[in-house]
Amino acid sequence: MTVSRPAMAIYWTGSCGGCEVAFLNLDEALLGIGRDWELSFCPCLLDTKRADLEAMADGSIAVTLLNGCLRSGENLEMARLLRLKSRLLVAFGSCADGGGVPALANEASAAQLLSRICDTAADAVPGQRGDDGTFSPELPAPSPLLPRVHAVAELVDVDYVIPGCPPEPDRLLDAIRTLGMSPLPPRGTVLGCTSRSVCDDCPREKRNHRPQRLVRSCAIIPEEGWCLLEQGIACMGMATRGGCGALCPTVHAPCTGCYGTLDPDAVPVAASLSALSAAVLPDIPHPADDRTVRELYRAALSAVADPLGTLCRYDGARNLAGGTGQSGADRG
Amino acid sequence: MTEATVPHRYHPTTGTGGSRPLRVVVFLCTWCSFSAADKAGTKRLPVPAELSVIRVACSGRVEPTLVLEAFRQGADGVMVMGCHPGDCHYQSGNLQAQCRAVLLDRLLPQLGIDAARFRFHYVASTEADRYHHLTTEFVQSLYEFDTGAS
Ligand code: SF4
Ligand code: SF4
Ligand code: SF4
Repeated sequence: MTVSRPAMAIYWTGSCGGCEVAFLNLDEALLGIGRDWELSFCPCLLDTKRADLEAMADGSIAVTLLNGCLRSGENLEMARLLRLKSRLLVAFGSCADGGGVPALANEASAAQLLSRICDTAADAVPGQRGDDGTFSPELPAPSPLLPRVHAVAELVDVDYVIPGCPPEPDRLLDAIRTLGMSPLPPRGTVLGCTSRSVCDDCPREKRNHRPQRLVRSCAIIPEEGWCLLEQGIACMGMATRGGCGALCPTVHAPCTGCYGTLDPDAVPVAASLSALSAAVLPDIPHPADDRTVRELYRAALSAVADPLGTLCRYDGARNLAGGTGQSGADRG
Repeated sequence: MTEATVPHRYHPTTGTGGSRPLRVVVFLCTWCSFSAADKAGTKRLPVPAELSVIRVACSGRVEPTLVLEAFRQGADGVMVMGCHPGDCHYQSGNLQAQCRAVLLDRLLPQLGIDAARFRFHYVASTEADRYHHLTTEFVQSLYEFDTGAS
């Protein structure tokens, strides 16, 4: 008996596998998905290989959930192949949406990264280098790295986005149901999130207070029920798309922004930079000169040890994407 | 403007002096620094021809997106100027601008842009000379930077 169900594929490029785990966390809802969809390609869960995908007719997969960034030539080849075979390609998870955590590596060039892994780090292990000084790694030779980490949509056409690191299973289920319905939402819609910020779902109270300085989240035990940011912890909830139900602040951890930048028109890191800047107010004497004010703000922000990782942990591939100008000359 | 005041200045007609004309975007708050720029003109103080001035209501209006977008589109340098502390027409826009500038200084190198390409200053409406000096010195430093002379 063959019942014709639309085919679904799930694939990982530069990914940690957590997005597949989020899919498995659908638990009993998986039975419904199995009823409505045929999982035709998913190397994480099924014994399906690239050759199987190549053998499929173009456009024969109804929906592909592609998680992971594009870091290597092989990632890009697979993304292109899946685009060819799929009627809808969905950027699934933060890595696919904005480069995710792997895009933090864009601070360094591909050559610097390889030299760090293959030279500096490997030298910490005795006997890794041959007598001639060359390093012969046991690592499987990866396909050449792309010069930087890309979000999927930068190099391949993407129809929809499901954000989150990883997406919350309930939101993922909503999104998969939406993808199975007709009519489909407009192309480009971000599924499985709200159009409001994480703060909107957060149970913590805002008391209209601006801390004089930020603190590391490990340095204080935050007061119950009071906004973490107002207590000086760099919580990025106000610049982040809602959808997770404010998971992290609910359990005393600051939001690190995994659902992506709320403002679609902003440079991602800039949106959170503005939001964080508006929240801090050191005690500024009057009158105060240029230098005094600068030093006061430097001190107030000194707890932000890594501005990029704090402000834009998941959307890094999109920060200066597409730049053609001279400033690119500085870029590693 | 003479070659003496900006020694590395690119000469638009002869093509000499620098490798190419630089593009420097300057965001000026309308109440103080724009007024200073205006007075610099009235006093015939030279300012670099490389500047593209954008007049904004307040330095606090300059979203970091605007600064990064300027770099993305090829600006060689970006300046933001606002009123001195205590003088902001909107009370604290200039303080927020300073806060953003302090974070941007540390963020730009992480994005592959040298922090020396970005400046934030307080310039009062009476400080035409300061405007002249700051802009001239910044453009000059960018030319030196560009030719690796710094
Ligand atoms: S989005 Fe998060 S969970 Fe998904 S692959 Fe990337 S790092 Fe892993
Ligand atoms: S900033 Fe963080 S803690 Fe405060 S309301 Fe928003 S999400 Fe909650
Ligand atoms: S609170 Fe922030 S970091 Fe935590 S799950 Fe939600 S969006 Fe992600």
